[in-house]
Amino acid sequence: MDWLTSLLENPGITTALPDAIIETLIMMVIASAATIVIGIPLGVVLFLTAPGGLTPVRWISAILSGLIVNITRSIPYAILMLALIPFTQWIVGTGIGPYAACVSLTIGTVPFFARLVETALRDIPSGKIDAALVMGSSRFQVVRKVLLPEAMPGIMAGITTMVVIVIGYSAMAGIVGGGGLGRLAYNYGFQRFDSQVMIVTIVIIVIIVQAVQATGDWLTRRVDHR
Amino acid sequence: MITITDLRKVYRQGSREVVALDGVSLSVAKGHIHGIIGHSGAGKSTLVRCLTLLDRPTSGSVSVDGRELAGVSDRELLSARRKIGMVFQHANLFDSRTTAENVAYPLELLGTKRSKIKDKVSNLLDLVGLTQFANAYPSQLSGGQKQRVGIARALATDPDVLLCDEPTSALDPKTTDEILELIKDVRDRLEITVLIITHEMGVVKKACNSVSLLEAGKIVEHGPISEVVADIDGRLSHALLPLPGEMPQDLPPGTIMDLLYSGADAVHPVISTLARQFDIDVNVLAGSVEDLGGAQFAHLRIHLPVGVDIDAVTAHLTASGIAVSVKEA
Repeated sequence: MDWLTSLLENPGITTALPDAIIETLIMMVIASAATIVIGIPLGVVLFLTAPGGLTPVRWISAILSGLIVNITRSIPYAILMLALIPFTQWIVGTGIGPYAACVSLTIGTVPFFARLVETALRDIPSGKIDAALVMGSSRFQVVRKVLLPEAMPGIMAGITTMVVIVIGYSAMAGIVGGGGLGRLAYNYGFQRFDSQVMIVTIVIIVIIVQAVQATGDWLTRRVDHR
Repeated sequence: MITITDLRKVYRQGSREVVALDGVSLSVAKGHIHGIIGHSGAGKSTLVRCLTLLDRPTSGSVSVDGRELAGVSDRELLSARRKIGMVFQHANLFDSRTTAENVAYPLELLGTKRSKIKDKVSNLLDLVGLTQFANAYPSQLSGGQKQRVGIARALATDPDVLLCDEPTSALDPKTTDEILELIKDVRDRLEITVLIITHEMGVVKKACNSVSLLEAGKIVEHGPISEVVADIDGRLSHALLPLPGEMPQDLPPGTIMDLLYSGADAVHPVISTLARQFDIDVNVLAGSVEDLGGAQFAHLRIHLPVGVDIDAVTAHLTASGIAVSVKEA
């Protein structure tokens, strides 16, 4: 009971925790939404322009796949977020806070998510694309009416994986100014040796991640008619 | 009516040229079912891709009801493709769409009104006998049911030609028969021209009016079923009315000959007449009798003892309208 009483009186929990949760959720929602909006078209373009794709364009494929996606994916997120601080200041006007963190979170997860989208599209049997073409679909119709609906279970599973990774990255971004649960754990749990805050933070992050995973799995099953 | 004239397709593999289609010509009349049979590698898949314009032929023409398809501009490509409805080996239905939505797909592409799509889809599902599965997803259907949906979908845009690429190769024998019956039924009701590409002779026997044998990119034999069967030395005839490939061992000396006859002759007592006329013992080694292309055909392998005048027997049989091929003396 003592532990619980001191927990409810701990300012790290009573004052800082609610704000930290909200900041983490802000980073999760905005960065995930931005990643979906940029990553799905990018994944489609990667799939279409790849050699043997529906509209192979070597130079687009080389630039997108080789340079941007592969190189960005090779940079560890901890380094990427630091390197992007000047860019973030230019875009958002500040380098700190959850909104600023969304810039590096989005840039860090888009290449990875685009690859997941591309893989989901590649899993569609080529006979279905042939069938769509034979029936007189334009390329745009093939993408909108066949490729994306058919790949939706894979894309939905990819979104789930991506959101979980954004939560993980957001903790890292939090330490260098993003705020949220990552900074709470660092400031209280690490620097002040407040193990209570540390444990509570971990429990809350686990709950958020499990909720995201369960929702994602449920949505994936809903759209999967295979 | 579909007419293919001197269709050629040459692929480049590095510096090597591969001739996949080497001057294919054929014509199928409206309301007929034509089979194109060939082993894998004969050029069947290339032919399908050229007919559906997924690949452009190197030269030659494909015309459907007088409209040239092979040479259309890219702008007209999409509407040209709708002249030919296609049925695939593995149906290739869209898993994310229900049966009704799959059949509606080609109509959605044309921008057809919703109410009109609904009517058309329910007519088509009725035609293929799947009305009660309208809201089922493909994963809930059997292989034969999926193929029925595939046929309904192929017919949605009222094509002039139904192109079936190995439509029954993934199905069991009973379902194969059902699908072939459906294709014949569709042909009768819609008077559509049907082209079936297959490697199964049974499909040709059961469904086709005429057949072409495709080999190394060329059509080496073709014609109405009753004509190709009647050619005793033809490969299609041997494939349609097969006799055991091996000659029986331990036969007494004599002559082995194959006989092939059709129609009214097939029910004549050919063998006993022969035995009486020449006063010989005729030994039947093998035979098959089948209804093909609307006529009955018999293919027999007989053994005649030493001392029989083979020329006289051959002349007698030929005079009765029986094709004779002397195998071994």
